[in-house]
Amino acid sequence: MDVVVFAKYVPTPEGTPELGPDHLLVRDGGDGALDPGDTYGLELGLRLVEAHGGEVTVVSMGPAGAIAAVQRALAMGAHRGVLVTDPALRGADALATARVLAACLRRRPADLVLAGIESTDGYTGTVPVTVAELLGIPSVTAVRAVEVVDGALRVERQTEEGADEVACPLPALLTVTAGATEPRFPSLKGIMGAKQKPVETLALADLGIDVEDVRPTQRVVAVADAPPPAGGEIVDAEVGIARIADLLVEAKVL
Amino acid sequence: MASVWVVAPVDRSGALHPASLELCTKARSLTEDVAVVAVGPGAAEAAGPLGDHGARRVWVWDDTAAHDHPGSAAAVVADLVAEHRPSLLLLPMTYDMRDVAGRLQARLGSTLMSNATDLLDLDRARTEIFGGTKIVDVALEGPEPRIVLVRPRSFEAEPVGGTAEVVECSSDLPELARAVRVSGRRAEAAAAAKLEDARVVIAGGRGLGGPEGFALLEELAGAIGTAAVGASRAAVDAGWVPYSLQIGQTGKTVKPDVYLAVGISGALQHVVGMKGAKRIVAINKDAEAPIMRMADLGVVGDLFEIVPRLTEEIRRRTAS
Repeated sequence: MDVVVFAKYVPTPEGTPELGPDHLLVRDGGDGALDPGDTYGLELGLRLVEAHGGEVTVVSMGPAGAIAAVQRALAMGAHRGVLVTDPALRGADALATARVLAACLRRRPADLVLAGIESTDGYTGTVPVTVAELLGIPSVTAVRAVEVVDGALRVERQTEEGADEVACPLPALLTVTAGATEPRFPSLKGIMGAKQKPVETLALADLGIDVEDVRPTQRVVAVADAPPPAGGEIVDAEVGIARIADLLVEAKVL
Repeated sequence: MASVWVVAPVDRSGALHPASLELCTKARSLTEDVAVVAVGPGAAEAAGPLGDHGARRVWVWDDTAAHDHPGSAAAVVADLVAEHRPSLLLLPMTYDMRDVAGRLQARLGSTLMSNATDLLDLDRARTEIFGGTKIVDVALEGPEPRIVLVRPRSFEAEPVGGTAEVVECSSDLPELARAVRVSGRRAEAAAAAKLEDARVVIAGGRGLGGPEGFALLEELAGAIGTAAVGASRAAVDAGWVPYSLQIGQTGKTVKPDVYLAVGISGALQHVVGMKGAKRIVAINKDAEAPIMRMADLGVVGDLFEIVPRLTEEIRRRTAS
């Protein structure tokens, strides 16, 4: 079973995000990392190929620095990497991103595509299903368990009320929750070995995509600061317990 | 006249998602030509309240296929859009509607904006980024209809007393939309509706360490009486509690009288779902956690010690 895992390079959650003068998120500040939300799908992919054979290819789109996210995924055990980077993709919106990722999959089809639920920087959460629809393959979101049975998938999908058992044919795309797996840490051997693994760096022309097809359709026209929170009082547990109870009384909810 | 459409999901119990009415209200401020596509079994009954909130026409896809084949509503909406060509398509930002919107985008080739908090015009939407610290206005370009996922509770629903023309849709789903099939269901929580209406919300995060931690919150909620339990994305994603309890950018938006954040760091994702609370209280072992900066009252310490003692204190006060 050949698996493709999408990997996004995101600014580190600990850092302070910034907008550049063009109102775009500063993405190439050198302090980015593999989105932790993508590591669950990667772990699931690695386990599936360990059980069923095949390879895991990690695919990323981003600035040149996004190679760090690809390298991290290779160090965890992915077999090969693809990075799509092109100046024309700066500020790419959800549709442009989906078109690029779909083109990567047309070039190298997979039996199964795995992605995170949503990125940790943008929380858009729509790109994977758009990719699947562009490719004409079925997709299931919010997956927390997967079994391969008779050449098809039986998955557990998290829902508002609980969980659904869902049957899905292959090839397919799944978005994977943090409940699905416990991602492994790269071993020293994995980190050293990652440098020898094949990585392709592609531009739009390599994918046969016209710049017009990835022109952003969303443009930030104004940015304003929201009023900052007032901030309150910080107390220790001894004082705090009575103070919380007082506050509940003041709010007339006790 | 430009037409604005709302996609209105009806859940498995037949209930219309309340954000559908909020979106109708907003759509009405942009145009007189407001239409709704109501999807799910029970959609026919939803036409009444939708008309009352300004929809002139409601397309009804009253079919269990909406739930049996997750995301399949996209095929129905895409066909209607191709025929009637609205300018703007609004959907409530829920997990299921996000999937519908993503598929629609692929079929229509239109722009799709997530996490909107307001519509300023037919081609302009507002959102908040960096945990609500910045307000950003975005121009929507490219082919119509522009697709916008709007966070629930961004607007008040206001009835206008109209009646919608009801049109039933056929459901001849393409093979791709039927490929994924739900074969079994498991309900794990029934407290969802309570969360958005509760006067006190007690939310747990990663700091609770597992489902057992949530039992402590349930006890506290029981002692307060008017409280409901919610969760951060970290806790929901780890599978400790179901999605229905999630508060945040993806998840529910709550505006209770008192919000008690327990073991929640205050990640940007979470903050946007609760910053409208009248009073915010945080219990956290880390005095530097972002949630402490926005709390009216921050209590630093071990939640496993504080929460049971708080429950005792409240029982003592309410008993007397």
